[in-house]
Amino acid sequence: MKPAPFTYLRPDTVAEAVAALAEHGSGARVLAGGQSLVAMLNFRLVQPEALIDISRLEELKSIDLRDGAIEVGAAVTQSEFLNWPGLREHAPFIAKALPWVGHFQTRNRGTVCGSICHADPSSELPLCLALLDGEVVLRSSFGERRLKASEFQEGLLRTARQDDELVTAVRFPVGVGADGAAFREVARRHGDFAIVAIGAVASEAGCVRCAIGGVADTPICFEIGPDMPLSEVSDRVNRLAWELGGYDDIHASARYRRDLVRRIAPQLISEVRACAA
Amino acid sequence: MRCVNSDEKTPVAFRLNGAEVRGHASSRMLLTDFLRNELGQTGTHVGCEHGVCGCCTVRIDGVAARACLTLAVQADGRSVDTVEGLAEHKDALDALQRAFRKHHALQCGFCTPGILMSFSDFLGRNPNPDDQEIQEVLGGHICRCTGYAGLMKAIREAAAELRGEAPAPAAEAS
Repeated sequence: MKPAPFTYLRPDTVAEAVAALAEHGSGARVLAGGQSLVAMLNFRLVQPEALIDISRLEELKSIDLRDGAIEVGAAVTQSEFLNWPGLREHAPFIAKALPWVGHFQTRNRGTVCGSICHADPSSELPLCLALLDGEVVLRSSFGERRLKASEFQEGLLRTARQDDELVTAVRFPVGVGADGAAFREVARRHGDFAIVAIGAVASEAGCVRCAIGGVADTPICFEIGPDMPLSEVSDRVNRLAWELGGYDDIHASARYRRDLVRRIAPQLISEVRACAA
Repeated sequence: MRCVNSDEKTPVAFRLNGAEVRGHASSRMLLTDFLRNELGQTGTHVGCEHGVCGCCTVRIDGVAARACLTLAVQADGRSVDTVEGLAEHKDALDALQRAFRKHHALQCGFCTPGILMSFSDFLGRNPNPDDQEIQEVLGGHICRCTGYAGLMKAIREAAAELRGEAPAPAAEAS
């Protein structure tokens, strides 16, 4: 349970970090909070040649309102984001989901961007990014690009980040869910990985946008129209639960996962509709 | 840029419980092993080594964190607090520790240092937590002996004492 040997690099600027990534490519891993990565190093599930520690980069430690989005830098911890004074007002959905991310002790070091880059399908922050239709900001020595959640999230622990790219920030649109937001999660104990996590927010013209985590390889989003009666909502969710399939693992069977989706999603949709009304 | 090659050892220095300490660590050395093996501070326990059990929780720059998910070199220049630093001197107990003893909040004691360090951070931030808030923080620890009821009582009482609500218990003969 000790990591295999690696070279530790702690750049002093983002430019140095990006240069180090360009040099080491697929042999490098970026270390921010380390709450998933160091566990994987300890298990030797990953054995990088080089670890690039960005946790002390001041440039990446800010939370800003910019162009209609909350921009969260790559060194911002989950705990710092949870305690950000504007969270409840500007991101009511995230304010509900974030307390479910890991434990108090891991949120103190785990970062918002790190969780999104790790791309565990049962994690809450990738679900937030997908549900709110946020963006990921990536920088390499060639420049910067932004990807939508749907472009970034490719699969189980897989994203569209290239080996030479550093995720410098994620952007959540301001105010989504102000007219109604609901989140629910089922796990063996609070703070463990979700067996199923579901979020819903009021979107435009009386619609409700939902996201389901923990069942497929990435968070799955769908939208329910304003006029759809609840019985039809249940049918729709039922079909979706079958389509998603789900998987059997040590925590739950696929059938149990489908059952949770069928039971929880219609409730959340009703809650959000009631808030929005 | 700080660079530590995979085959070299690097000096690591930080404030441990208020005193400057130093030692040498390879890049892959975990903070748990640095504390225990390099500095001889064995109060921090090692359980699962992947961040689940909470035994190794310490405070880094005042904030409760898993020492097994932290590299020793990451603690360089920081301030680290461990269970050894809670009480004022080696024969004393702090309010949390006193309440743990009074309410039998430990049996084998393996998980205790981590739980104490979590709540020494949490009660500083939230002096008047409700049971659900305490349970949420306690959820970051696994205790296999006490069944948690004693822990809940002890933490509630320590919180009250730290708020100045309950009289400090008379010194007990140990």
